[in-house]
Amino acid sequence: MRAILQRVFALTVKELLALLRDPASRAVLIGPPIIQLLVFGYAATFDLKHVPFVVYNQDQGQTSRELVARFSGAPSFDLLRPVHNQEELKQAIEDKSALMAMNIGPTFSADLERGRTAHIQLILDGRDSNTAALAMGYAQSIITRFNEAQNKQHGMKPPPAVLLDRAWFNPNLDSRWFIVPGICGILTLLISMLTTGLSVAREREMGTFDQLLVTPMSPMEILVGKSLPGFLVGIAEGSLIIFMAIFWFHVPFTGSFMGLYIGLLCFLVSSVGIGLMISSLAVTQQQGLLGVFLFLVPAIVLSGFATPIANMPVAVQYITLLDPLRYFLIILRGSFLQGGGTALFWPQYWPLLMIGLLTMSVAGSLFRKRLA
Amino acid sequence: MNRMRIKGLIRKESYEILRDPSSIAIAFVLPLVLLLIFGYGVSLDARSIHVAEVVDQPTHLTGSFLAELQGSPWFRPTLYPDYPSAEQALLHGKAEAILWLRSDFSRIALGRGSATIHLTVNGVDANQAHIVQNYIGGTWQAWLQQQASLQGKPFAVPVVADVRVWFNPELTSRDYLIPGLIAIIMTLIGALLTALVVAREWERGTMEGIMVTPVAKTEILLGKLVPYFVMGMGGMIMSTAMAVFLFQVPLRGSFLVLFGTAALFLLTALGMGLAISVLARSQFVAAMVAIVTTFLPAFILSGFLFDIRSMPPVIQILTHIVAARYFVAMLQTTFLAGNTWSVLLPNALGMAILCAVFLGLSVLRFRKRLD
Repeated sequence: MRAILQRVFALTVKELLALLRDPASRAVLIGPPIIQLLVFGYAATFDLKHVPFVVYNQDQGQTSRELVARFSGAPSFDLLRPVHNQEELKQAIEDKSALMAMNIGPTFSADLERGRTAHIQLILDGRDSNTAALAMGYAQSIITRFNEAQNKQHGMKPPPAVLLDRAWFNPNLDSRWFIVPGICGILTLLISMLTTGLSVAREREMGTFDQLLVTPMSPMEILVGKSLPGFLVGIAEGSLIIFMAIFWFHVPFTGSFMGLYIGLLCFLVSSVGIGLMISSLAVTQQQGLLGVFLFLVPAIVLSGFATPIANMPVAVQYITLLDPLRYFLIILRGSFLQGGGTALFWPQYWPLLMIGLLTMSVAGSLFRKRLA
Repeated sequence: MNRMRIKGLIRKESYEILRDPSSIAIAFVLPLVLLLIFGYGVSLDARSIHVAEVVDQPTHLTGSFLAELQGSPWFRPTLYPDYPSAEQALLHGKAEAILWLRSDFSRIALGRGSATIHLTVNGVDANQAHIVQNYIGGTWQAWLQQQASLQGKPFAVPVVADVRVWFNPELTSRDYLIPGLIAIIMTLIGALLTALVVAREWERGTMEGIMVTPVAKTEILLGKLVPYFVMGMGGMIMSTAMAVFLFQVPLRGSFLVLFGTAALFLLTALGMGLAISVLARSQFVAAMVAIVTTFLPAFILSGFLFDIRSMPPVIQILTHIVAARYFVAMLQTTFLAGNTWSVLLPNALGMAILCAVFLGLSVLRFRKRLD
């Protein structure tokens, strides 16, 4: 037993040295994840600020100016400039200088005064459909509030019912609270791919893996020795990233660290397993790199990081069950926002462990077979 | 420059491509798999939103509101007996929103005042929560209108916005996501194809063999670039064909413009890979750099998913060094709007500058020396 531990320890040290001794690879492993958390944490937001819009106001009245003022005063909209004809309006949308154009007809104020419904035209640039849809929602709610004020001013009977909405877990619906924990998950996955995805392929290409196989180490020991560095680096950097999310981005952490860290460990088991499997399937580093991307990109896209899994077609929803990031994101978001603990996360822990077990055993069995 | 020498180098590189089929896989299998997964998997169109309904005192008025909800294709409403059980459903993710009509709803609504419809959404996914709020708001407006017309009174809406969405009137998210995806996939292909090619020769020692020949360093780099460029364009043509024929994304601009912008972008992406390869010198480091610098920056900073104008100014400046940013704008315009030169030209210029920087960096830092 002691000899086994010694051998595994020696291999782990060797692997860590291979990763961290070279200043270039050390820099890539440590620098970018932190920089990326900072950059992406600020960049990735679904909250619209400064949507540029133009106004073609053909109406002379006071009310239309009030309506425009409501838009230009709102934090999500920035009035770019008034335009003076249809052609200019069209131009502003086409060359993407404005996302929205507001066209107010000449009879707007007169219609309102006579108690008739006044129509305005809102034109949105559909090339950015998501942004356009969000801006449309914001615009509609500004108009709804404007209408309420108008009705009150004219002494109309209020509508029979009003909608009062509130949100749980994230009262201001700040999308950063949703995205930053997601980025923590993505970067942890990235780190474990960096540490394990090429480690076997590199040795195979250099021929040193054959030497490893003729040592007294069993495939099991090699497997453990190869995966421990991924774990150690993953836990260290994962913790750093999680703490940055809490203390730098001020995402509230309402759950238990215990629940989160068990989740992190289970997630590392599965992601390190996948990395080692890719790495031992590959004969060259080029193939390893291809494998990493063929896994990493779908894993991120299908994880529910940016687009909800519930919106995906049913068949694709089943594929997401194979994605370890899917489970880890639920654990991260649950721990950060929903106050979740170990008990709530059981349904996430065991699939992660299953994926890890399966991929590790494939990797271990490939060690020898690929020699021929 | 010597044509025969370049030809020879291109031939040598082509053999190497054929020997390890992984580059062919990068150019053709990667886009195929990713476009299929993305095209079917990524959608921002919410559908079948699970709504928990709680009605303290059912009347025909509350019934009419629930019927409006039931009739909408967006919702899958479920009735819960009381508010706490609905809260449990929200907590466990069985419902995304709770609609609560309290016992005094009908009395107030039929009287002088306004009754309150309490809507609680799960705010964890803030984007989705906004969408749910907007959809329910729309249902509520439709219901108000219906109630007013039932009572024979004109519904007092002072201002109605007639919304027109240009270029994508149905707001089909696939139509705008697919062009963006092509940009991201091409970023990956470009960088993956060349990220290892120079580092590989250093590592294997074959670079020394090339060094003793009279070829110039620009010839070596050109010999590396041309075969991968041809392959990358093949992948691009395949992706476009899939977008147009499989996913039915309209291509309103000309094919020639699309081809031209794709060529310029591919050159930029290959140039980035080449620069990584020249600078890293070891395949391992080059691969790590490629993993870190390609996908995530293109995914998050290109404006494909997240609006660049909503980012802080510093980050907005930073997005200018992401080539995919220009390509996403150009592709979305070429596909959905047409050949709008006022969008295409500035973006082409930005991309050309980046391309020159990457290729220039590769040539400058590539030394035909051992140390």
